[in-house]
Amino acid sequence: MNRSITFAQAINEGLSQSMSYDDNVITYGLGIDDPKRIFGTTTGLKEKFGSERVFDMPTSENAMTGVAIGAALNGIRSVMVHQRIDFFLLAMDQLVNNASKWNFMFNGNGSVPITIRLILGRGWGQGPTHSQNFHSWFAHIPGLKVVMPSTAEDAKGLLIESIFDDNPVLFLEQRWLHNMSGDVPEEMYRIPLSKANVIREGADVTIIGMSIMTIEAIHACEYLKKFGLSCEVVDLRTISPIDWDTIYSSVSKTGRIISLDNGHGNVSVASEVIARVTSQLWNKMKAAPIKLAMPDFPESTSPALTKNYHIRAEHIVLSVAEMFGKSINIEPLIADRNVPHDIPGNWFKGPF
Amino acid sequence: MNNLSEFQISLLEKMKLIRFVEEGIAQRYHNGLMRCPTHLSIGQEAAAVGVAAALSNKDLALSSHRAHAHYLAKGGDVNAMLAEIHGKAAGCCGGKGGSMHLIDQSVGFMGSTAIVGNSIPLGVGLGLSLKLKRSKNISVIFFGDGSTEEGAFYEAVNFAIIKKLPVLFVCENNLYSVYSPLSVRQPANRVIYKMVEALGMKSAIADGNNVEETYNLAKNAIEEIHKNKAPYFIELTTYRWREHCGPDYDNNIGYRTEDEFQNWKKKDPIKCYEETLHKCGILSEIDIEKMNQSITIKVNASFKYAEEAPFPDESIAYKGLYA
Repeated sequence: MNRSITFAQAINEGLSQSMSYDDNVITYGLGIDDPKRIFGTTTGLKEKFGSERVFDMPTSENAMTGVAIGAALNGIRSVMVHQRIDFFLLAMDQLVNNASKWNFMFNGNGSVPITIRLILGRGWGQGPTHSQNFHSWFAHIPGLKVVMPSTAEDAKGLLIESIFDDNPVLFLEQRWLHNMSGDVPEEMYRIPLSKANVIREGADVTIIGMSIMTIEAIHACEYLKKFGLSCEVVDLRTISPIDWDTIYSSVSKTGRIISLDNGHGNVSVASEVIARVTSQLWNKMKAAPIKLAMPDFPESTSPALTKNYHIRAEHIVLSVAEMFGKSINIEPLIADRNVPHDIPGNWFKGPF
Repeated sequence: MNNLSEFQISLLEKMKLIRFVEEGIAQRYHNGLMRCPTHLSIGQEAAAVGVAAALSNKDLALSSHRAHAHYLAKGGDVNAMLAEIHGKAAGCCGGKGGSMHLIDQSVGFMGSTAIVGNSIPLGVGLGLSLKLKRSKNISVIFFGDGSTEEGAFYEAVNFAIIKKLPVLFVCENNLYSVYSPLSVRQPANRVIYKMVEALGMKSAIADGNNVEETYNLAKNAIEEIHKNKAPYFIELTTYRWREHCGPDYDNNIGYRTEDEFQNWKKKDPIKCYEETLHKCGILSEIDIEKMNQSITIKVNASFKYAEEAPFPDESIAYKGLYA
């Protein structure tokens, strides 16, 4: 049965059901059982599963990633969480030199079924080191899987699938999505990795997005309908290995692509999407592809400096308008949002 | 012959197997058939064999870039190791790993990695898994003095202590990290095992060139791990005879002296132990000769096997990324 719950509750439910289903699933992270419970995503888990399977950890990001890998070699499925992806950078040795390569390097003698939940900050002055997006780094490393859900239903189904996948999965949660609600089935279910979702069907242009970019794309898509433009929104769901078939199939139909990315534009996933689509579908392209991504500058802290830093629905609308040589007024779209640019909604009072 | 003598002979045999395999690698390396970086443990055999003798096949071990001795001491398959170093399909990693990535899960050797210190947290993770699974076995991590300068070492030690994990940390202190002596890497008055003790882990030291002393220390440490439900750290002093990486001697390049090397060579773990067993009347000269011959035959056969084994099909280079 479906009922509406938040993205954070969906994560919580996915974790709880996975841990009930398999005693080998454990979860840990700094603050996992503190009063705030990782933005509510780990609420009730320690009470239900005990402190042996749900525990706070020392501030040792690199070694704790190694601990997850070692435990995985003996059948334990760890779900580690970091309240910001930025904190996880200390663990690159374990992630890149051990987790991503173990199965390949030892010729299939032992794989690394770990899930690392990484939360992407944004707004309210998160600034240069609490708001970064590194999915393109991870996607560059063969052997990792990179998942970026955009809806509550996907968050639960993709998380469960990630936990029971036999490979290292980086599961990236955009902080602004945590309070977004959606219909989520109550039972345990899985959504396959490496399968994109055509979340809006359309004929004129393909918009490729992930995580919160998909949400912005949906807003743009709805707005553009009023101007007679039909957008197809492809939600990547998994960044690596990516679902090229769905991307190619959509762009084959529309002949136009806007590629979104909530990381910096330089050497981004959006760049790779455009490169491959252009190379593969050269003869079917009706317009030059457009990439919309964060600027190639660190994010500033002051709200005065971030007004136009992130890609929003209006930027997508303007790009589509440009592609079709139309002039579209975006003021009503912005006015409709009705909250300051640096928060997702009035529920968000900071600080984290 | 009693059980003790048999055990003592097995220690010597195991050390000799490692020595003969590695001397075999050194002799043949310049033929160009073993085309990967190779770090020999010659001179350090007693540390590996003494610790491994205190373990069962179900105890799980991990090692570093210098892993041949640990793999073989734990019971790893000689043919699979030499085939791996020759890049052959029959290698323990099918040719994907080479000398620095050895694995034989059938005897609890869970892998070795090529980045200094980065298998230490994995060993702690194995310890965590054993505790969660209510296992009676332990996890053992072999590493060198250089690893104790890595952040991951302190992080791993800290976590093993707070979670009371069944982990034996084995630090072989051979005085050098590549060509950098301890004096440029750690404070002059530091004693590694004392420092670890100060972090909150029980620790002890032994002569890593003395196989019985090492065995007794490891055995005692494992008893302590079970009794206290806590990890244990042992430091074993020893010395690498040949160059950091490769088959030759490198006393001429200036980072250490020939005198220092000769002094350590006098403490050859194999020669000293062979003399001990001979003096006690456990092994006659003829016994020793027979042992040498039988190990030589075995090792030569393994090299022949590895050299003649087929290379993997190139297609496997593009397979097995995911489980």
